[in-house]
Amino acid sequence: MRLPLARKNVPVAATTLVCVLLYVAACLRYEHFFSWLVFINFFGDNAVLGLAAIGVTFVILGGGIDLSMGAIIGCTSITVAKLITAGHVHPLIAIGLVLALGAAFGAGMGSVIQFFRLPPFLVTLAGMFLARGTGLVISQESVDIRHPLYTAVSDFSALNIPGTGLPMLPATALIFLGVLLIAMYTAGYTRFGRNVYALGGSEPSALLMGLPVGRTKIATYSISAFCSALAGVVHTLYTSSGSAAEAGKMLELDAIAAVVIGGTLLTGGVGYVFGTLIGVLICGIIQTAIMFEGTLNSWWTRIAIGVLLLAFILLQKLVQARAAGRT
Amino acid sequence: MPETVRHTGMRRSAALIWPALALLLLLTLNLLKLDHGRVALSLDFFRFTIVDGHLYGSLIDVLNRAAPALLTALGMTLVIATGGVDLSVGAVLAIAGALAAVLLTHTSAGVGAIVAVALGASLLAGLWNGVLVAALGVQPIVATLILMVAGRGVAQLLTDGQIITFERPAFGFIGGGYLLGLPFTVTIAAAMFLLTAVLTRLTALGLFIEAAGSNETASRYAGVQVGLVKLLAYGGCGLCAGVAGLIIASDIQAADANNAGLYFELDAILAVVIGGTALTGGRFSLVGTILGALLIQTLTTTILTRGVPVEYTLVVKALVVLVVCLLQSAALREMLLRGRRRA
Repeated sequence: MRLPLARKNVPVAATTLVCVLLYVAACLRYEHFFSWLVFINFFGDNAVLGLAAIGVTFVILGGGIDLSMGAIIGCTSITVAKLITAGHVHPLIAIGLVLALGAAFGAGMGSVIQFFRLPPFLVTLAGMFLARGTGLVISQESVDIRHPLYTAVSDFSALNIPGTGLPMLPATALIFLGVLLIAMYTAGYTRFGRNVYALGGSEPSALLMGLPVGRTKIATYSISAFCSALAGVVHTLYTSSGSAAEAGKMLELDAIAAVVIGGTLLTGGVGYVFGTLIGVLICGIIQTAIMFEGTLNSWWTRIAIGVLLLAFILLQKLVQARAAGRT
Repeated sequence: MPETVRHTGMRRSAALIWPALALLLLLTLNLLKLDHGRVALSLDFFRFTIVDGHLYGSLIDVLNRAAPALLTALGMTLVIATGGVDLSVGAVLAIAGALAAVLLTHTSAGVGAIVAVALGASLLAGLWNGVLVAALGVQPIVATLILMVAGRGVAQLLTDGQIITFERPAFGFIGGGYLLGLPFTVTIAAAMFLLTAVLTRLTALGLFIEAAGSNETASRYAGVQVGLVKLLAYGGCGLCAGVAGLIIASDIQAADANNAGLYFELDAILAVVIGGTALTGGRFSLVGTILGALLIQTLTTTILTRGVPVEYTLVVKALVVLVVCLLQSAALREMLLRGRRRA
């Protein structure tokens, strides 16, 4: 059997097919599932997860792993909330500050990994403890944010598209989609993106080719932490509050699961940012469908995502085995 | 290359020094006490009292509380030694606890049978990971991620999303009982440690595990059944996590599928790495793992008894991890050596 597409694209194509099938099946099964509101909420409700997943895609493509996303989300959300409510800092300044801090934090973790040759798993684990701990030191309770800018953002999110009665994409979804486009361009069409793929494919080869391995590796961790910080900011926009303990709880694993479901190999060098979007959407569709089912049993979501993970990993194995058999 | 060979040879014996020193330092720190701005000597941390024939004291408390993490870390050591990692121990632990709680409340089965069923289930969960890794060749992180994500869902399914509480003195003994004056958890941990040590150091199993972790292909050519060795390691890891799950459920007389063993996998991996077992596999130290687990627990207990706000625990833990990892970093050592030579 010959497939009409390159073998490396099979996983991402399969994921996209599953995503569409899931959506169609859910639309047929549940009344009102096929609606504009439900559709845009896939992007709005999953913006936090999506942003973190986009960031970690770069790290994974580069052959690394990042476990600190959820903790960074918690830490930035509480920092923004505290700066605005207790420090009376303008939200834009607070947001700019945490984004810069996030990028610097990621660059720090990347530097430790690069210069001291420590496993990324451990360093980002320490980073996770540090970020979650710092957030808890700042405040253990969740903090509500009341500021004209936040009201304006939520008013904006409630607007309708002019001329139609349809609601517009919420601000969180717009940020998510904007970052997605930038990330797709960066990974696919820039020199930096090629370097990341080369690094993930084989670090020694990339080094011998004269590529800036160290700089690229540090940059991937910086991008991941920046995206997580942005996800933390989006969390504050989404909930109008910040929480060090609850925001981004266990999110790092959901994000990695979304990346893997999206067809990216955890060994690095193979995958697409677009796949990550599909992975996130699949998780979103499952979650929404289970909500429509009316059981509200969140554990079915976890089991379904686990089963999907298994199915996609086996599919990837199959594709790899066939590729190995041909050459 | 000879340089690196010498490094690993040296590290094998020297690896235990760092965690041992850190533990000693921490214990020494507990000798001192800030008294009205002056540092004074205090033996509070090392005091034992005997009440009703049971030993009490901070050190006993450390041993008692470290037991679940220590057990999980024991299994994790074997998995990491094969060059893998098991992210699912927290979820397996939750499943074991949930299963025991459901059986305790909904059936009239004996405690022995319930413990056997729960441990059997966790062994199966471990073997499932092992099959994915050994037979299907899935990367360990991914293979165990599946059970980590789905396992907690299964545990919640078992308990129907509720926290199940129970009262059964015989089951409560596992996590809260005393044997010969010591908490029963310490006995369990010691027994499991001895069992693992005997299995890996007095038989060829330990050698096979290290062989599989250092060079899989070469081991296969040398006749080592790498697949079987890995399967056993993951199965053992699941079983250890199950025992830890029973201890935790028994200790709090309840099963909380949502929060039991949350982030436990990370603590276990941490204990293993602090103990000098490299994440790349190929060699392991069970004693090191014990030192690592005790170090983490002593740190937590010290922070608590010192009156340091609880929220600083994670920050301190992160810094300790970083320092211990940096101490073990060959790259840093090389950098320092080069600097000294130049000077």
